[in-house]
Amino acid sequence: MSPEPIDRRPGIRPRPSLKRRLDAAARFALPVGLTALAMLALAAPLGLPAQAELQPQFVLASVFFWTLYRPASMPPVAVFLLGLLADLLGEAPLGVAVLSLLVVHALVLRWRRSLARQSFLLVWIAFAAIAIAAALFGWAATSLLRVRLLPFAPVVVEGMLGIGLYPVLAVLLIRAHRGAAAPELA
Amino acid sequence: MIRLSIPLRQALSRLTLPVLIVAAFALMLLGKADAVLAERARTGLGDVLAPLYAAIAAPLGALRAAVENGAHIFTLAHDNDRLREENARLRQWQSVALALEAENAALKANLHWLPDPAPSYVTARVVADAGGVYARSVLISIGPHHGVGKGQIALDERGLVGRVTEVGERSARVLLITDMNSRVPVTLQDSRARAIMGGTNTPLPRLMFWPEGTPPAEGEKVVTSAEANAYPANLPVGTVHYLGPSQPVVVPAARLDRLEIVRLFDYDLGGILPPEASTRPQHAPGPRARRTAEAAGGAVDEP
Repeated sequence: MSPEPIDRRPGIRPRPSLKRRLDAAARFALPVGLTALAMLALAAPLGLPAQAELQPQFVLASVFFWTLYRPASMPPVAVFLLGLLADLLGEAPLGVAVLSLLVVHALVLRWRRSLARQSFLLVWIAFAAIAIAAALFGWAATSLLRVRLLPFAPVVVEGMLGIGLYPVLAVLLIRAHRGAAAPELA
Repeated sequence: MIRLSIPLRQALSRLTLPVLIVAAFALMLLGKADAVLAERARTGLGDVLAPLYAAIAAPLGALRAAVENGAHIFTLAHDNDRLREENARLRQWQSVALALEAENAALKANLHWLPDPAPSYVTARVVADAGGVYARSVLISIGPHHGVGKGQIALDERGLVGRVTEVGERSARVLLITDMNSRVPVTLQDSRARAIMGGTNTPLPRLMFWPEGTPPAEGEKVVTSAEANAYPANLPVGTVHYLGPSQPVVVPAARLDRLEIVRLFDYDLGGILPPEASTRPQHAPGPRARRTAEAAGGAVDEP
């Protein structure tokens, strides 16, 4: 008989049955899964205004939010794959979205301890700075890799969209964070 | 699962992020160095997604139609009046067109005119906006054994949409005429002057390089020109509009913001093709391509 595994978090909790484990796994995978699905949906011809600019900002806000509040559900490998999906869905040079998302992920991980305790307004301001920086980086990197100066207007649209999108998205994501995406509730 | 000691596992997890960031840089370099690889990855993803998108296209279309119908209820009387008037006008034009067609046929018969070969075409559904922020292109769902190749011309029911730039098993990408990499040789229909229409990533591509002395006129029709053998002549493109004193643009005839169905025409043009197509033909080359290849002393690969 093998020895019992060490219980790192002692306490009373229900037996980890198969059903419960599946539930926990689904909750764990929810943030990345939902982000990927919404990206695919945003590539469909929905006829939304500024739909092309919406997608990168949506991914950015998603990665930012989940890295900040539930980093275990948004591991670096998933961020890499989401970036790759974004690059392949569009016509952008490979790696631009991957790099910008990974850098945002790394920065948020570093600032997490202080940022997660701040008020919503401060988090929003932090995201606004990141959204503008990411839009600028996307413009500069794409210009550099295509060796031509691209129009600047999308950067402004992207920045404004990102800033406006975050509170709306946060309302939905905070709900998911406390409910459907919480493995501890499984 | 392999059991690792806790310090080793911690070190590994701390290493993941830097390694991935380095991988992202490598990916950028790789995508720049080997454009074919990026294109293949993109086509592969398109092949996987196109059937999925095609499956949801019908309910999505129904939803959009329902929303639009809701808005139409309020403009019904006005729309009916407008349509009745337009119908009367079109009837008049129809009789003119029929008379002209008959006259044209008679003149062509007298002149022993060689008719242009009727191009073969495939009709396909636009399933996704594939451009992203800095490009304008659409993903098209096509069945296997489709005969769609690079360089084919996409038209909707009103006019020129773009050209096929990537072809996979079940999907193809069409670069729209509004993309900033798109250049279309055009003819201004009234003056018969040649010009180039260049995309700017905005909905209105601009006109460039028209001959001195024949500036494009406001409202003039623009059609494709057969120059450079990339497009057939006389496909409808749009109308000239001036944004400023010397800023002529083309208002595309095609409804590029709401593409649903496009026709991909095979005019068998051997003109300017995307780089990969010239070395590896996607489908059996037509007689013209064969002739060009033989003239150039090269062998044509049989697929």
